[in-house]
Amino acid sequence: MEGDPMRYPMRYREAVIEKTLVIVALSAIAVLGLIILFIFKEGSPIMARIGVIRFIAGAKWAPSRGVFGILPMIWGSIWVTLGALIIGVPLGLACAIFLAEMAPARASAILKPAVELLAGIPSVVYGFIGLVVLVPFIRRWFGGPGFSVLAAAIVLGIMILPTIISISFDAFKAVPVAYRDGMLALGATRWQAIRMVILPAARPGIVAAVILGMGRAVGETMAVIMVAGNATKIPSSILAPVRTLTSNIALEMGYAAGEHREALFATGIVLFVVIALLNLTARLFATGGRVAR
Amino acid sequence: MNLVKEEEARKIDRYIENAKKVNQHVINARVTAAFAGATALTVGLLIFIIVYILSRGFHMVTPAFLLETPRQMGRAGGIYPAIVGTILVTGIAVVIAAPVGVATAIYLTEYTRESWLPRIVRFGTENLAGIPSIIFGLFGFLFFVIYLDLGWSILSGALTLSAMILPTIVRTSEEAIKAVPNAYREISYALGSTRWQTVTGVILPTALPGIVTGVVLAIGRSIGETAAVIFTAGASLRLPESLLDPVRTLPVHFYILAREGISMDNAYGTAAVLIVLILIINIAAYSIMNRFVAKSR
Amino acid sequence: MRWRSAPQREMAQVTGESMTDIKILAQDFKFYYGEHCALKGINLEIRRNQLLTIMGPSGSGKTTFLRALNRLNDLVPGTRAEGRLAIDGVDVYGRGVDVADLRRRVGMVFALPVALPMSIFDNVAYGPRKRGIRDRRKLAGIVEKALRDAILWDEVKDRLHDHAGTLSGGQQQRLSIARVLAVEPEIILLDEPTSGLDPLSTLKIEGLLWELVKSYTVVLVTHNPLQSARVGGEIAFFLMGELVERGPASDIFTHPRDKRTEDYVSGKFG
Ligand SMILES: Nc1ncnc2c1ncn2[C@@H]1O[C@H](COP(=O)(O)OP(=O)(O)OP(=O)(O)O)[C@@H](O)[C@H]1O
Ligand SMILES: [Mg+2]
Repeated sequence: MEGDPMRYPMRYREAVIEKTLVIVALSAIAVLGLIILFIFKEGSPIMARIGVIRFIAGAKWAPSRGVFGILPMIWGSIWVTLGALIIGVPLGLACAIFLAEMAPARASAILKPAVELLAGIPSVVYGFIGLVVLVPFIRRWFGGPGFSVLAAAIVLGIMILPTIISISFDAFKAVPVAYRDGMLALGATRWQAIRMVILPAARPGIVAAVILGMGRAVGETMAVIMVAGNATKIPSSILAPVRTLTSNIALEMGYAAGEHREALFATGIVLFVVIALLNLTARLFATGGRVAR
Repeated sequence: MNLVKEEEARKIDRYIENAKKVNQHVINARVTAAFAGATALTVGLLIFIIVYILSRGFHMVTPAFLLETPRQMGRAGGIYPAIVGTILVTGIAVVIAAPVGVATAIYLTEYTRESWLPRIVRFGTENLAGIPSIIFGLFGFLFFVIYLDLGWSILSGALTLSAMILPTIVRTSEEAIKAVPNAYREISYALGSTRWQTVTGVILPTALPGIVTGVVLAIGRSIGETAAVIFTAGASLRLPESLLDPVRTLPVHFYILAREGISMDNAYGTAAVLIVLILIINIAAYSIMNRFVAKSR
Repeated sequence: MRWRSAPQREMAQVTGESMTDIKILAQDFKFYYGEHCALKGINLEIRRNQLLTIMGPSGSGKTTFLRALNRLNDLVPGTRAEGRLAIDGVDVYGRGVDVADLRRRVGMVFALPVALPMSIFDNVAYGPRKRGIRDRRKLAGIVEKALRDAILWDEVKDRLHDHAGTLSGGQQQRLSIARVLAVEPEIILLDEPTSGLDPLSTLKIEGLLWELVKSYTVVLVTHNPLQSARVGGEIAFFLMGELVERGPASDIFTHPRDKRTEDYVSGKFG
């Protein structure tokens, strides 16, 4: 019954490992804190100087003259994101429903990874295809410069598909099979079962999918720059060029200095706050769903 | 009289009932067809993008293109420095993010007692996941390039990317670890193993394929990343000599070539290399995962 | 006896518990899952090298009692133990107890046969390796002895490095026993070890119990009165978190003292 000689070092080792894991695990929150700290530190002075309202509601962006208003970019982000949702949500949900509820299992097993591969295509490639295929197409058939809200919305609508599809797919799969089978046993068609029980049951997940897709669209940069035209004017139509918050930062960061650079970081703050609000809403909906179930 | 009428009425009812049923079946068929069409369109878009790039760029991909340095801003010559830059930036990012991410996942799944600490950790990873890459680019520029004075460099780019892919690695590793049957844990603990012995003895070996899949997917994401890298790793076309030298990654090179119209041929060639790399990585990830699923049955 | 703190060791000597024949002693032992009280004050002693069968219907607290003995219940958040539960006179829930060491001394075989996802050899060598034994010859010796004692050696000796998932359910359950034997415990707990097995494998394991009891203290849990009757030895009847009665199998089955025991063994409920 003699004690194991390894015991004491072992206990000590366990404690050290646990402490190390805790410290390492805190790195994500540390990075988040650093991001907030540095971007706010760099961007908030100019916001304070100009005034938050005047910065956000100012319709003119003329860095060379020291005029910084990002209203056109806010509208730009809104229009482009709305357009992306109008295109991406119905298409994505249709795909997700088909893959989760209608397609034979073997077909889904092949098609779902293919759809997910869309998320792996780099944004510059999307932007490039938009630039060489979509922009000329719009110019030819709809008029205008081609670089437009419409072009950006279509490209973004495609780019958010994988997000929308995989999250709502999971939501559909989480609906108990008995719900659907019960409906089918009552003589309902598959679509009736989907419409009457699966869609309502999966609603929180669908809402979360849409909001997270929205977050992706708001935050996307490179693809939008390549197809949106980037004019700093509130767009007058869907065929007019547009600049988003993200493009504003990426386009001018390369050469901006002084106040101008600060204004770009201030744009980053606005973007950050918008995204944080979207994430929060998504989480509320997602947890609301869990409570409802 | 009455009887006849009743029978008549019943007939009509049955007819309507049938019509309704038929109607529902028609609707069902149409909706199914429409949704199948939507799926076909989505997959079609993927194929279109891949074929479009490869058909225009694949002929450019010669050994010389891969192994020569670019000349005249990339108008001529190859993309060798961009390949080296991409491998270094992505590789270092993963080498940093993978251990941190897996350790975080282990902490979240195996070490948490009910307390505020894991909640904070989770809050951090979840919110980090939603931050757009341009914000990471801004942050990396302020923090690594300027504040830590690493300059535009491989290291700045890699550190920025590692922060960006960290949440992905945490999430996929967590899922893989959670999928480890609880019975394995209990067996290990019941034999007198400590927590860490259980983690290294059964949990990590069992979850490894899932973790590797997640890491490989994260590599795929970071290879194509532009916004976070362009402001942190720079856009130099020279071959880097140390980790503190600036580089231009493939997507950045492609972006500059295409946007400034320097050389469409070379742009397509670069994009083709990028697409092929990403296809290989994704296929690798899926085959690892499939073997994992097949084995765990 | 490292998992006793020094004062406890002295206490044990003073009370003289460790000198007696009692291996396991429960005194008014209570166990809670959150607010739910799963064991309502158990008084029970188990002697060294005894085979005790804990019998009782589902939810009576049998598993809870076993998992208190090796403190595997610690893995469930929000649990709490009260009263005294001692092994060799040392309180299992006392302060300063090295839980990992305790679990090494109190081996456990689970209801469902589960092999760790590795080879047969590695399954049995898992415990010794975690204990720091690296020497290959020594490991091979331990593995062979454990497999022989679990009456599995002859069936697997030519395929030790095959994946353990290729074994049958009955073989996997004997592998579980071998895995426990390899760490040389003092007590072996078996929680319905035959519930997933065919009659023949069940008989093999029941036969094995009487071999094990020569060197170990064995506690078997079953909800099946027939199994307790077949195994014989001493029986403790649990019901709704209480120990109703305890005695030799012959007494429990022929003239039980408690009406509830009689109902259970005659199949009136459970
Ligand atoms: N992890 C747990 N959390 C909460 N309550 C639990 C937990 N495990 C067991 N219980 C409760 O404790 C009581 C005793 O359960 P226990 O598993 O010990 O019964 P048992 O006699 O082993 O039954 P069975 O024959 O079904 O295995 C039951 O009421 C059960 O619901
Ligand atoms: Mg039980």
